[in-house]
Parts: sequence; C-alpha cells; structure tokens
Amino acid sequence: MKVLGLILAGEKGQNLGKLTNRRASAAVPVAGKYRAIDFTLSNMVRAGIKKVGVLTQYNPRSLMDHLGSGREWDLDRKNGGLYILQPYVSETSQLWYRGTADAIHQNITVLRRGDEDYVLIGSGDHIYNIDFAPVFKYHLSTSADITILTKSCQGYDPAFYGSVKTDQNERIIDFKEKEKEDPGDKINLGVYFMNKKLMMDLLYSTVPNGKYDLVRDIIIPNIGNLRVMSYKFSGYWRNIKKSLSEYKRTNMDMLNPEVLNELFPPQRKIYTKLKDLAPPKITSTGSVVNSIVADGCIVSGKIFNSVIFRNVNVKAGAIVDDSVVMEGSTIEEGAKIVNCILDKDVTIRTERAYIGYEEPLFFEKWQVV
Amino acid sequence: MAGRLKGDESMTEIIAMILAGGQGTRLGELTENVVKPAVPFGGKYRIIDFTLSNCINSSIYTVGVLTQYRPRVLSTHLGVGRDWDMDRKSGGLFVLSPYAAAAEGEWYKGTAHAIAQNIDFIDQFSPKYVLVLSGDHVYSMDYNEMLDFHISKGADATISCIRVPISEAYRFGTVITDNTSKVKEFEEKPKNPRSQLASMGIYIFNWKFLKPLLIEDSQNENSTHDFGKDIMPKLVTDDIKFYAYEFEGYWRDVGTIESFWEANIDLTRSMPALNLYDPSWRFYTHSAEMPPAFFGKEAEVVNSLTSEGCIIHGKVENTVLFQGVTVKKGTIVKNSVIMTNVLIGKNCIIENSIIGENSIIGDNCKIGFGDKVKNEKYPNIYSNGISVVGEGVIVDEGSIVGKNSSIGNFLNTKEMEIKEVPSGKNLRIGGLI
Repeated sequence: MKVLGLILAGEKGQNLGKLTNRRASAAVPVAGKYRAIDFTLSNMVRAGIKKVGVLTQYNPRSLMDHLGSGREWDLDRKNGGLYILQPYVSETSQLWYRGTADAIHQNITVLRRGDEDYVLIGSGDHIYNIDFAPVFKYHLSTSADITILTKSCQGYDPAFYGSVKTDQNERIIDFKEKEKEDPGDKINLGVYFMNKKLMMDLLYSTVPNGKYDLVRDIIIPNIGNLRVMSYKFSGYWRNIKKSLSEYKRTNMDMLNPEVLNELFPPQRKIYTKLKDLAPPKITSTGSVVNSIVADGCIVSGKIFNSVIFRNVNVKAGAIVDDSVVMEGSTIEEGAKIVNCILDKDVTIRTERAYIGYEEPLFFEKWQVV
Repeated sequence: MAGRLKGDESMTEIIAMILAGGQGTRLGELTENVVKPAVPFGGKYRIIDFTLSNCINSSIYTVGVLTQYRPRVLSTHLGVGRDWDMDRKSGGLFVLSPYAAAAEGEWYKGTAHAIAQNIDFIDQFSPKYVLVLSGDHVYSMDYNEMLDFHISKGADATISCIRVPISEAYRFGTVITDNTSKVKEFEEKPKNPRSQLASMGIYIFNWKFLKPLLIEDSQNENSTHDFGKDIMPKLVTDDIKFYAYEFEGYWRDVGTIESFWEANIDLTRSMPALNLYDPSWRFYTHSAEMPPAFFGKEAEVVNSLTSEGCIIHGKVENTVLFQGVTVKKGTIVKNSVIMTNVLIGKNCIIENSIIGENSIIGDNCKIGFGDKVKNEKYPNIYSNGISVVGEGVIVDEGSIVGKNSSIGNFLNTKEMEIKEVPSGKNLRIGGLI
C-alpha cells in the first residue's frame, strides 16, 4: 500500500504570541530537543511512507533549516522523499494559500504525478506517537471513504477543537468545528486518511468554487454522502498551538514518566535534527530534580521541575524552577527564574529574578535581561 | 584552530590512514568482542570518534580506516561516514579490510604492512602527504599545525611526540632530537628511557618518500612490518629529513582498564583537559536517537555526565552515564563508567566500576564492594580496585561483586547460580577463576 504523506505546517499559531514571531508553529521547539513537526513526520516515516509533502507558508526559515534534505527522517531518497510545498508565483496566479484545501489544491501536481493510492494528511503542530499501520487496516476493513483520527473529548475544550458524534459503528454522523453548542463526545485530531483519487475529486469540486477549508468545505458537507469513519486514538495527544500555557503544559508533561515512555518508546522512535553535542554535565555545585536536560548543557546551578533544551548553561548559584529553557540560553550566577519560558539564546543576567505568576513569563529570542 | 582553506586541486593534498585493527589486550572484557577503536567512551562516543573528528576539524576529508580484529561494531558505527560528513562525492571515508589477491590472501601482518597493502588505494588520490593515525587514542589535535611544521622543515617524515614523565616513557617509543627538532635517536619501548618525548603513533610522510620504503619493508622477511619497530628506527640517519613535532595538548592512550576508567572520570571534573563542549572543535559520533536525560524527583546527581535517554531516580556521583542508562530509586553510583542501555535496579551500591553495554543489574546488588585483593588470574588487566562487568551481563538481584574482579560478556549470574564474585576473582563461562 503506497501512501503519500501531507503535513500542514503553514500556520503562524496566533495564540503562541512571540513564540511564533520568527517561526511557524510546526517549528516550535518542544520536549528538550525536538520541533513540533518531528512527531508527525516520524509517525509517517515509521508507517512506511516514503514521500512526504510539507505545506509551508508562514515564516518557514526555521522550519526549512530544521528539515533540511529530510535526512534525519530517512527522507533523503532517490525516489520520493521530502517535498517542501510553498506558495508560489505562476503564469496565471500569485496567491498565498487561502486555506488548507487550497494549499493542497495548489500542489495537486504532487498528488497527480505520484503512484500512491492513498493520502494521509496530518498537522505539524501535534505532539503524539502513533503507529499508523492499524489505522490503514481499519480504513480498509470498515470500507471507509475517509478515516479521521479522534479522541475522547475528556480534558479538551470543544471551543478549541473540532468535535464529532458517531453512530454505534464509529461512523461519523455529526461534525462541529470549534462550536460550544452541542459538541460531540470526541474531538477531531486533524489527521485524515483517504483514497488519493477521492481527495483529488473533492478538491476539484470545491476549491475552484471558492471553498478553501478542508474541514468546513470538504469534510463537513460530505458527512452524509461519504462514509467518514472515526478511528479512536487513546494515547497522549496535544496541539501545541492552542496557547502559551498549553505549550508550557505540553513541555511539562515530559516530566511525567508515563508520558515520556509513551512518546518516546525505544521501538517507535521520534527523529529530529541531530547536533552531536556532548552529554550534559552536572558539576559539583549543580543539581537537577524532576526535570529533563538535553545534550550540551552544563549545569552548575539548581534545576527543578523544568525542561532544559540543548546547550543551556546554568551557572553556579542560579535557580531554575518550573520553566522551559530553550537552546543556547544562559542563566548567569545567582539568577533565578520561576514559571518562565525562555526562547532560544536568552541570557538572564547575574542576580536577576523573574517569576511568572498566573501566566508564564515569556522572553524572546536573543533577549538579555 | 581553523582548518586551512583548500581549492579543488589540493583537495587530496593529504590523506589520513587510521590504523584501527588493534585488539587492545589490556582492556580485558571491554575488547573481547570489539576492536579497541570501537570501545565506548565519554557518554556517547567511541574511541575512534576523536581521531575522525580531528580529521574533519582539520579539513582532512579523505580517510582510510584499516580494520582487522572484530570489525563488526566498528564498521556498523562508521557506516559510510555520514556522521562525520564524510559521505562525499570526492574523497570521504573508506573502510579498508584485509583482502585476498590473485596469488594469496593475507591478514595485515603489522601496521606498516597494512598501509603497504593499500598502496593502490592511496595512489588513486595521488596525495602529497600521508598522515598515519591510530584509532586507539583520545585526544584533540589540529593536524594542520603538524603539517605546517612538516612543510616548514622540508621534512620527509615527521613524528608527533608528547612529553610524558620519564617513569612512564618505557611504555612508548621515545625520541631524542637535536636543537632543530631533527630526530637523532628513536627507541621503541626502551627499558631505560633517556627521553621524555614519547611517540603518539602519529606520522606524516611525503608519499613519494614512504611508498618505496613500504614496498621494501613488505619484501623483507625479517621485518615485523611495524611502524614503530621497523620503519621509524630506519629513518634515523643523517640524510633523511626525519623530524619530531612536539604536541602540547590533551592526548591519552586509554590502553588499560585503569587509564580508560581514569580518562572517563576525568571528564566529570570541572574544567577537564579534554573539552567536549568547544563549539569550534566538536566531536562527532554515530549515536542513537533518544529523548533528553530525565531526572526524577529523588535524583541526586553531581559531578557527572548524563546522556540522552537516561532515566535517573537514584544518586549519581563522579560518574559517566552513557545513553539510555536507567538508575532506579535508592541506588548509589559512584566513580563509575556505565555504558549504553544499562539498567540498574533499586537499592544498589556501585563504586569504581565499569559496566558494559546492555547489562542488567538486579535490585540490591553491590558492585565494587570488598577489599582490594590482587586479581589472581589477570593481575595486569583488572587492577587498582576497578571492577568490570562485561556487556550484556545479567547480574542477579542481591549479588555482590568485589574489587579488582570481572564478569565476562553475556553471562547470566542467575542461570549460573552465582551470588558473589569475590574481590580478585573473575567470572567466566566455566565459573569463577
């Protein structure tokens, strides 16, 4: 079974504020050494997908830098491999992507040319680890036209997610997009699996008519005529672009050994760009409790309940508590941060103290405070 | 320490040949199944990574690695050289194993013979200089500085030396030079050393000079075909321009259990001589993809390296933890080197030990426990109070392993029903010896 992977990674992620000033939400650093897109990309590659198109639009520099030739995901191939699909200027048009369906439609050549039978659409913002093989099987055994990944709505606000209702056979009978009224009992995880020809037909019949959204204009109107099935995923799943607190919470989830195990089982790896940094070093004055610390760090201060990315320097006497500290940041001697998010290459100067109360304090890339 | 800029034509000005076939007999169980250059070091590296990274950082992109003894792990580690950016269209990394020719097949009989067998390989690049290296050493060195020295002296051959205490010099080839650095005498492992200048096993030769020398040596039946024993001493004459380059920096021959342990533990001290964190001189390796190290609520870690994939709930002091090591609650690990994917159970005490890859230590074990008794069978290998547990070993819960003792690779003490390996004893497939 040949499957084409498509990853929607063009969004800014409005709710992440300054975190996405300089990068698309799919390129947001997460869990110490990863970028958000690593999860969906690795899930697809592990499922045997050999051609993946990444649809980018908003400030893609950071994302492109991360993806490179796709080598870290074994996508630097002679056949297939990684396709970066960005908006372009052509003879007849010069358009940004006006929506998810439009984005795919503008790149329909990739669908038309390939020899794949199916297409799997995912998002670059989702943090989860799934084996797609059973999803493919489920799609065939239920004779589905479209299979949508769903999850019980427990713990998720339906105002932020699409929700679905299903009949007793898990066929979707109602689909609401971010509506508070009468939501379904499952949320839509934004992962769609369907026959490629069907996808193309649906695109040809909608996008030229000015309908640009995959969910609103293609899936919801077709709930009645197509067999849209729900595949219930029960594992850990987060969308990092919902809010800054949600982003922090997702990082903090890594301190729960169960989540850590579920996201990074040795047999189902998540791949990312390697940097070959030395193992983190804890010196004689350093201590680390209930935290994760990535490679290249030198810890001489005290770290509690935090997620520390690569190449971070926590100097003697410094205290880091309940914080997310991204790559290359330095916490100078005697400084203290509590409930903060430090973007890359931030320096907290000697003896300074920053404490976030209800909301985490956010420091922008390259800030020296 | 920036590498020299080279245009296309001088791309193969110099090629490096890394001798990586040595067994390293004094590393005991650590080299039972792998060749010394493939022995893990420093949390995520293998010993050869240092030499390879030095090559890349010195802009030497054409490298031959000569393998012989148990090359499986080494070859897997090297692959096509991608992790060192050596998967290139021109030049790159080449694994050169002994081969059979039309008339006869031969193992490499010595270091010089190994290079002689690959004269064709070197000739295809027609390099000006050949850099002969050993894959056995841990060091950080810019080969360009040595090459500049070689060129400025107009030398035929240059040997790189490091100053060692005179009491240690008997373990090395030693060099006596005149005031222009020209080598006046060369002694291989002298009983009564007269010089502190020890050979690092690193040589630069003009290829035109070396090639006939190698051919001559390989036809000489009385030769042992070794650089240190046969080639270098011959160069000490008035008419050969043979110079000694004195290297000042970090260099270790981690050839014994003790020096291996020490060099690892050195990395945990503050400001170690070998800087793994220098962004301008990075060490590259082939490592597994694992999430960042996790420290639990009861973790107490000081003066240690903790690699990716580690899960730590216990107490860790002056220790190097490789990738994927788990230390459970109540366990204390001190002054030890714990290799990749080792699982250490609850309430263990582990001191002054080296534990090989993929081993499992059950709950309530004590390793490195007891009196310092001399190892009976292998006094030269397991000494100085260091205990060695080989790779893939399963140590049953509640076991005790003494000092200066060892457990052979892939043994299962539960199946063997052995609860104690006393100090100075070794557990092998046949039982305690």
